Amino acid sequence: MEYYTLLVLLIAATLREATPLVLAALAGLFSERSGVIALGLEGMMLGAAFAAAAVSAVSGSAWLGLGAGVAVAMILALVLAFTCVTQRGNQVVAAIAVNIIVAGVAPTLALAWFNQGGQTPPLAERAQRFTAIVWPWARQARSNPFPGLIYAELLSGHSLIVYIAAALVPVSAWVLYRTRFGLRLRAVGENPQAVDTAGVSVARLRYQAILISGALCGVAGTFLSISASSGFVRDMTAGKGYLALAALIFGKWRPYPTMGACLLFAFADALAALLQGVSLPLVGVIPVQFIIALPYVLTVLLLGGFVGKSIPPRAIGVPYAKGE
Amino acid sequence: MDPALELRGIDKRFGSVHANRAVSLSVGPGTVHGIIGENGAGKSTLMNIVYGFHRADSGEVRVHGRAVDIRSPQDAIGAGIGMVHQHFMLVENFTVLENVVLGAEGGPLLGPGLGLARAELEKLGRDYGLEVPLDEPVEHLPVGLQQRVEILKALYRGADVLILDEPTAVLTPQEADQLFRMLARLRNQGKTAILVTHKLREIMAIADRVTVMRQGAVVAEMETANTSPRELAEKMVGRPVLLDVQKSAARPGATLLEVADLEVRDRRGVARVKGVSFAVRAAEIVGIAGVAGNGQSELLEALAGLTAPSLGKIRLAGAEVSAGARERRGQGLAHVPEDRLKMGVIASFSAADNGILGYHDRSEYLWGPFLNRGAIRSSCARKMSEWDVRPQQPDRRILAFSGGNQQKLVLAREIDSRPQVLIVGQPTRGVDIGAIEFIHRRLVALRDAGVAILLISVELEEILGLSDRILVMAGGVISGEMDRSEATEERLGLMMAGIGREESRSGKSGAGRPGGATPSGKGPAG
Amino acid sequence: MSERAESQGVKWAELLVLPAVNLLAALVVSGVIVRIIGENPWTALKLLLGGAFGSGEGIGYTLYYATNFIFTGLSVAVAYKAGMFNIGAEGQAYIGGLGAGLVCLAAGSAPFWEVLPAAICAAAVFGAAWAFIPAWLQAKRGSHIVITTIMFNFIASALMTWLLVNVLIQPGQQSPETRQFGPNTWQPTASDLLGRVGIHVAATPLNLSFLIALAAAAGVWALVWRTRWGYAIRVTGENPAAALYAGISPSKVTFLVMLLSGALAGCLPLNELMGSQHLISLDFPAGAGFVGIAVALMARNHPAGICAAAVLFGALVQGGSELSFDMPHVNRDMVVVIQGLVILFCGGLDNLFKNPLRILRGWVRGARPR
Repeated sequence: MEYYTLLVLLIAATLREATPLVLAALAGLFSERSGVIALGLEGMMLGAAFAAAAVSAVSGSAWLGLGAGVAVAMILALVLAFTCVTQRGNQVVAAIAVNIIVAGVAPTLALAWFNQGGQTPPLAERAQRFTAIVWPWARQARSNPFPGLIYAELLSGHSLIVYIAAALVPVSAWVLYRTRFGLRLRAVGENPQAVDTAGVSVARLRYQAILISGALCGVAGTFLSISASSGFVRDMTAGKGYLALAALIFGKWRPYPTMGACLLFAFADALAALLQGVSLPLVGVIPVQFIIALPYVLTVLLLGGFVGKSIPPRAIGVPYAKGE
Repeated sequence: MDPALELRGIDKRFGSVHANRAVSLSVGPGTVHGIIGENGAGKSTLMNIVYGFHRADSGEVRVHGRAVDIRSPQDAIGAGIGMVHQHFMLVENFTVLENVVLGAEGGPLLGPGLGLARAELEKLGRDYGLEVPLDEPVEHLPVGLQQRVEILKALYRGADVLILDEPTAVLTPQEADQLFRMLARLRNQGKTAILVTHKLREIMAIADRVTVMRQGAVVAEMETANTSPRELAEKMVGRPVLLDVQKSAARPGATLLEVADLEVRDRRGVARVKGVSFAVRAAEIVGIAGVAGNGQSELLEALAGLTAPSLGKIRLAGAEVSAGARERRGQGLAHVPEDRLKMGVIASFSAADNGILGYHDRSEYLWGPFLNRGAIRSSCARKMSEWDVRPQQPDRRILAFSGGNQQKLVLAREIDSRPQVLIVGQPTRGVDIGAIEFIHRRLVALRDAGVAILLISVELEEILGLSDRILVMAGGVISGEMDRSEATEERLGLMMAGIGREESRSGKSGAGRPGGATPSGKGPAG
Repeated sequence: MSERAESQGVKWAELLVLPAVNLLAALVVSGVIVRIIGENPWTALKLLLGGAFGSGEGIGYTLYYATNFIFTGLSVAVAYKAGMFNIGAEGQAYIGGLGAGLVCLAAGSAPFWEVLPAAICAAAVFGAAWAFIPAWLQAKRGSHIVITTIMFNFIASALMTWLLVNVLIQPGQQSPETRQFGPNTWQPTASDLLGRVGIHVAATPLNLSFLIALAAAAGVWALVWRTRWGYAIRVTGENPAAALYAGISPSKVTFLVMLLSGALAGCLPLNELMGSQHLISLDFPAGAGFVGIAVALMARNHPAGICAAAVLFGALVQGGSELSFDMPHVNRDMVVVIQGLVILFCGGLDNLFKNPLRILRGWVRGARPR
């Protein structure tokens, strides 16, 4: 029984861990499917995390925080779009630049405005955070192992953003495969010239895709700072933006497999937290760093073609110039 | 009745190139109209203007009598003009249905739009003989079917005038025949088709009227029933300023380059060179004539060692060639590529640095592990003075030199290595007339010095002016071979267009066998 | 003006003016941010320049920081010359530190002049080894080197953390770092060396590895611009099709260049560990790998420019840390912002100023009497 409870709790923790990854990976999905490399997820998330925490601390409202987070991430997305699409600049360099800038600006502003060494003030009140939403009768259900515990821990008790993230996966799939916008988006990442000849604006599609990715990163970053934590701390994204990209590649640029990859990475993370210091049969204590490195190693193996083929959108990374 | 499409005085320049000179033409409704001309005649530019990719500097476009202002493909589509490009604009991993509706989905949600489109496309397919499997990913379709998708795209958007740009460039003869049958049906249903091509066979097969363009201007327009392929070939090629290359008769020596049953496949696995065999002897210039895209480029790259042939052998002075480009240079093969900017020079390097491209390992340019800059520079300066390249500044960026001077430097570099065999593609592409003469004289001098030269060119005058023997490539095979003395523009033009084969009607298609030319003027069996 | 001199003039204009304009744009935007947090940008700039160049001590620190950036800048630049974007300099420097550190830990009582060559070899080899897998994957499998090197940065971080916490840690100590290296492994500092010839300078961490870095820059310059292998590298980076035409194997060249790139980044610990910290500590590269990107972009991959740009960024770091004494709100993070802005303007938005500059140059030339 104890193992069962542990497993359920582990999966619940996985869902929470996976949320920012899934949101960021979906953001990457839209961007990369339109042909723009999504290396800027890290910066957009971090910027959103700071903005959300700052505004929530000052205004007392988590919703305003969410709005601020999304807005800031979309502004950063706009900068990226301008650089990559309008100026046809190097997409890798632009994204890395934005990540570095945000990594510096956020603690600077935090220090200047809040004087707490680069952090934002801790968010104490419920209204300032998206805390757990407990479903009816969850408390009673918990005593019943099956399905009560599942109801109580897996379904109930997550932050609103977790549910939003879960819902956004099918929504993204629907947008991508069942709408006109999605069709054109996928086309522009494969053959922008075909789209251009059909009379549809390549630049406009890419701007839209990048802004959507900004909005999604905004939600992800907001979750990190005001839901999963109670404030912004420097570098709090800790590479999640790159991990999300890795998950996207792992998931072959499709919504559901990408979500699966995010869950996999998150599970590994949650497992690591659980197994810290625990000695396993045969292998002894698995170093926590090994678990941390696992998603990155898996991605490298995938890119090397050792875990199946991963074919990116054909036109990715190449700025589009008319007539070429 | 108003013409379906009328152009009045369309003029367009690209920098110093006058691509279209006051072009006027008129296409009647319910006809198939051909526009023919050699590469660079201005046909594609003209159609790109009609379809909204470029804007004419002056002139007017009228559709069914009404003047239209076409600023973009959308305007053209709106005016009922559809275009099937030479290079397909398809999203490879989309289905046929998705490709057709892209941009004309009929609503923000795909579901209902796709349903309507499917019904419409099935009807179009039946009406015009354009059946295609709608749910198949385009990348799995053969090229002929892919082209049908492009045509369906245009028809689906209500195209009344259909422009096809070099439609049979990538088709097999059978697929081409299917295309013509479909065009005939379109015409019978009242649609208008404009066929832009350099292939005379297509024009004679399907067009009602034909406009001939040369060097940006219209030179003739007539009913195809009132003309013949020879007349069209003559008008297409024209009476150019024949550069009189002074040369003595060839005295060829030993065979230095031998090609036997060569087959070269492209990246998709399609055979581009099929069973080609020929030989080039010392002190001889063999010219390969043919329209671009018939396998010459692939042949050149295989000879140079840039791609590996799938079948066949290449021998240099009796010995089989080694695998790579560097080794072949060592064996005495020099290569002047067709597109110098693509692979013959490094655009951002100086002339001097370009002078050692491919030869940067040679001891004369080195000082231990270091580049001997003095030697490199003086070698370049010497070449510049020998080849009359101006200004004589080895440190100048290569792009700052004119096309002719760039080409001279490339030739100088390759010839300087004292090769036994020189293979050269399009030696005077983008080169001004003074430099052309210079280069031609140099090639003849090289021949007289005993080098075996293989010349590949789309310029017939160049082939006729320089070659001692002429081969013609069409469709990946050698469709004709003759001595210079027996060659005429008309004969070659027909062979290049693949007509020589048709007329002989020996029934076989496929592997070309280089045969001697018969005095009656008919092409060899192919 | 002769044609040749004029085309040279154009080249120098592009090499100097464009980076200067980009730097200016970066500083302007940074100034705006400084203003937003309530400080005076001009004062900040003056304090920064003063902190970096205003004293002997400041200059020493500036050059000491610059040393790190020369190594990583060279690393990024040499890879770029072959057409590759090496984002992994951070991880390669980190693992290079493992190599140099192990040599220092095992040095016993060997004299410095024996330790140094061994340490250089170990640092370079370990750095190259860390670039090996991404390089091989790119050459043989076409795996995008940007993503693989970013992944390897994270893997390096995890690996080194594990090593420092579990294996190399000094027994009985809390902080994840090794024991201090013996003094026979310490780089002689500038004040030491100059002191021996009677010149007195303030004590700073500036040490011999600065000269090693300059030598490396000269070596890279000679290799890339003056040898036949460098010719092959440049051809590959400019035009892989032409490389094949010339008989060069692009995949072989890119592979070897990536190893060299890793080796250069791997030399950073010669300065940071052997010259300053004297032990292996957690995350000692501290972002130098990314500064290397900024340096290489600004210098347009030329070693001379890299040295200059490295000094510039060293000045930013040193000036920035001095600045934060007087303006506690403008600290190292602000320096990071400037770095990021330089990367943005020099790398992503480099087209932005190119055309206006060209037009401007046209006006100036037109106005000159013929």
